[in-house]
Order: sequence, then C-alpha cells, then structure tokens
Amino acid sequence: MHPSSFEYFAPARMEEALSLLSKHSGEAKIMAGGQSLIPLLKLRIASFPYVVDISRIEGMDQIKEERGFLEIGALTKISELEDSNIIKDKYQILHEAATQIADPLVRNRGTVGGNISHADPSNDIPAVVIAMKAKLEVIGRKEKRTLNADSFITDSFSTALEEGEILSKILIPIPDTRSGGCYIKQKKSAGDFSIAAIAVQMTLGDDYKVRSAGIGLTSVAPKPTRAVKAEQYIEGKRVDNSVAKEISKIVVSESDPSTDFYGTAEFKKKILGRIAEDAINLSYERAMVK
Amino acid sequence: MSTTKIKTRINGKQIESEVEPRKLLVHFLREDLGLTGTHIGCDTSNCGACTVLVDGKAIKSCTMLAVQADGKEVTSIEGISKDDELHPLQKAFLEKHGLQCGYCTSGMILTSLWLLRKNKNPTEEEIRKSLSGNLCRCTGYQRIVESVMYGAQLMIEKEAEEHEMVMR
Repeated sequence: MHPSSFEYFAPARMEEALSLLSKHSGEAKIMAGGQSLIPLLKLRIASFPYVVDISRIEGMDQIKEERGFLEIGALTKISELEDSNIIKDKYQILHEAATQIADPLVRNRGTVGGNISHADPSNDIPAVVIAMKAKLEVIGRKEKRTLNADSFITDSFSTALEEGEILSKILIPIPDTRSGGCYIKQKKSAGDFSIAAIAVQMTLGDDYKVRSAGIGLTSVAPKPTRAVKAEQYIEGKRVDNSVAKEISKIVVSESDPSTDFYGTAEFKKKILGRIAEDAINLSYERAMVK
Repeated sequence: MSTTKIKTRINGKQIESEVEPRKLLVHFLREDLGLTGTHIGCDTSNCGACTVLVDGKAIKSCTMLAVQADGKEVTSIEGISKDDELHPLQKAFLEKHGLQCGYCTSGMILTSLWLLRKNKNPTEEEIRKSLSGNLCRCTGYQRIVESVMYGAQLMIEKEAEEHEMVMR
C-alpha cells in the first residue's frame, strides 16, 4: 500500500517547524513517530499535501524531574518511557500504560506526544495524564501556553491545539508521599486496543483517608474521560471493598461507551465496572505502602 | 513527483538515494535495493514480518517512511550473517525448527536480535513479550521461543569464544 503523494519536511528546529506549519496552514500535518498517521496515510483514510516530521527536533525527548514536575518531552518514545528507571520506580501508572500500548515494535517509534495529540479515544496515555492532573505545554508561533490534560482532547481525534501549534511537553506534578496509582487495561488480544481501560492515581493523608484522586477512562466514551464524580466521592474516605464497589458504579455512570467491534455498550460497562473496582483497590494499596 | 535525497547506512554499506517522500522503508529496501528478505505480511502495521533494525531498534518497516531513515543505520536480515556463516540466531532457528513456512522468520529473528542485544539471557516470558508484535500463523510460537532461548545461548558462547581469541 502506498500513501498519496505529499511534500515532506523534517525541520531540525522548533521555529522552523512552526513557520512551515504557518506557511502551509490548513494543509500540513504534523508527524512524530508516525505509528498512527502512517497507517492512516497508507489506507488513504487521510491524506495531506504537506507532512511536517517533527521527530528531528532536538531536546524534546527528555524525561526528568524538575521544579516539582515530572517533565516528559513530547517526542519521548513509548519504549523510552517503558525503560526509564524514574518511571518504573515512581510512576507505576505510566509504566503500566506504556508497556501495554500496541507492541514493542510500535513502541520503539511511537511517541508520548503523538499518543496524546492523535486523540484516539482508545489511546492509553491520555487517561493517565488526566488521572495525574498533568499540564500540557503547547508551542505556537506567537506564544507558549499550558493546558490541563482533561481539557486537551475535545472529541474523537480532536484537540484544543490551534492551527500551527505543537504539543511540546507533558508536566506531571510529582506525587507526594503516600501516593499510588495503576493502569488496568482489558483487551481481547495482545497488542490490541482496549475494550475498556482505567487510570487511577491517588494521594492519602496521614490518616490514610484519600486526600486527592484522579481517574481517567479509555475507550468508553467518544473521548478520554475524567470521572469527576467518582473522584469527588472517594476524597476524604478510606478505601475498602464496599467503597471500591460504590466508586466503580459511579465510574460506570460517567462512561458513555458505544457498541462496536469490541463489544456492546452494556458489555463494556460491565468490564469497566470490574476493572474500576480493581484499580481503586490496587491504587489504594500502593499508596498505603509508599 | 518530487523526490528527496537520503543517505542511509544499510547493512553496513553507505547508500545515497532519491526517494519519493511517500515511499515506505519496506518498499525502499525491497524494490530499490533488492533486499527481499524483509517481507510484507499484513501491510497494516500488525504482523511484524517487515521488522528491521533502525539504529539498533526493531521497528516495522511498513510503518516508517524511507525519508525518515535519512542519516540512520538500517539492518535487515541480509545484514546479520557474515559471508557464508549464519548468525547464531539463524543457526538456532534452523536447528530448533523455529519456522515452518518461513514468512515471518526474518522479522522474528530481527526482533529477537534486538532483545538479545539488550538482554543476553531473557526468560521465556520476556521473549514472548518481546515477540508480541510478530505474528506467526504456522508454529504456535513454541518452537520460535525455544529457538530464541537456544540462540541466546549460542550468542553468549560465541561472544566468549571471540573474547578468548582477542585475549590470546
């Protein structure tokens, strides 16, 4: 299969990329790892006169903790996230999501920024950054701005990025002590998208009551969803099985799955309820021992 | 039809080419360079038959543009044996019957090579996880996993031999 013809640019600097996007406004597509875009181009589901490959821009693939934030450059490969020791030790939720994205070959090219800005409701990183209350830094020609993770994706395959803007980094607040989280993904087969998946991150107070919580959902609505009511319900409580059950019901009520190849809406809700309960219990357990 | 100049190092050889930006790496390898050991299986980024190493990492060459390989080092199945001597992993697949029709084999071997270079002595589970992007419709994977296990052993032995030769 061959994509339709396009003109290709691979700028080495951000300014150059931004000026290309502005010059070819409305006709240019940003490509990072290309693991979602190239399949779309090959199947000719999408075509663009210009492709701006940003993967050669330097300094956008770092993972570091600085000024209270875990900073992840948008061009960080999913496999780099997976192999990072900081992530393995301190951010289990991210590590678990990374290791379950597609397969190792795709993860060697796919990027964190691409996984978010492609805005596929089945992509895994968006729910995680929602649960972690991350901020997303976006660079345009005129200004740099920061968006909350839960307002970045506006609909299926749509984001709050304005024409010519590039997602540059993900800023995750470094969790306090007694924090824990997890990502649970239910899928039909290895490497597949999920039937439903959930990201939970919570921080406990000295009294082991939940001080703050973040819950993000994958594949169960037209866009990655923040389960706000469930977050509110859990705050101020100690988690036991009955609380976890109650929260999972609220989570399900906040989902809006559609019937498709992965199952009926009812089926997806059942799956979501079960993994939500597990995810709440597991996150709480992890937060207790941290 | 506009083309772009690219410089790549393919199996150790520096190559300068003119390619259309839309050309996929797998087509560049097979059609422009005649390296047909890299197979096209599904053509939809699922099966991993087209796996090659780019700067040492296993990737799907049907999901990368040739222009993206500019300045990079690509290793295909043709690049891992030395003269007439098979690579230890190739020997292992041969001896342990790690293939039936052989269509997926070059991809299996390159993904395994990527794994074994970062993890000399992987567990069965680590091998299975690493190969989760490479589909085989004949073997049921058992023999493939055994081949990789055996290949790991052969690679360790070979490295020790080479080390001894250098020490002498």
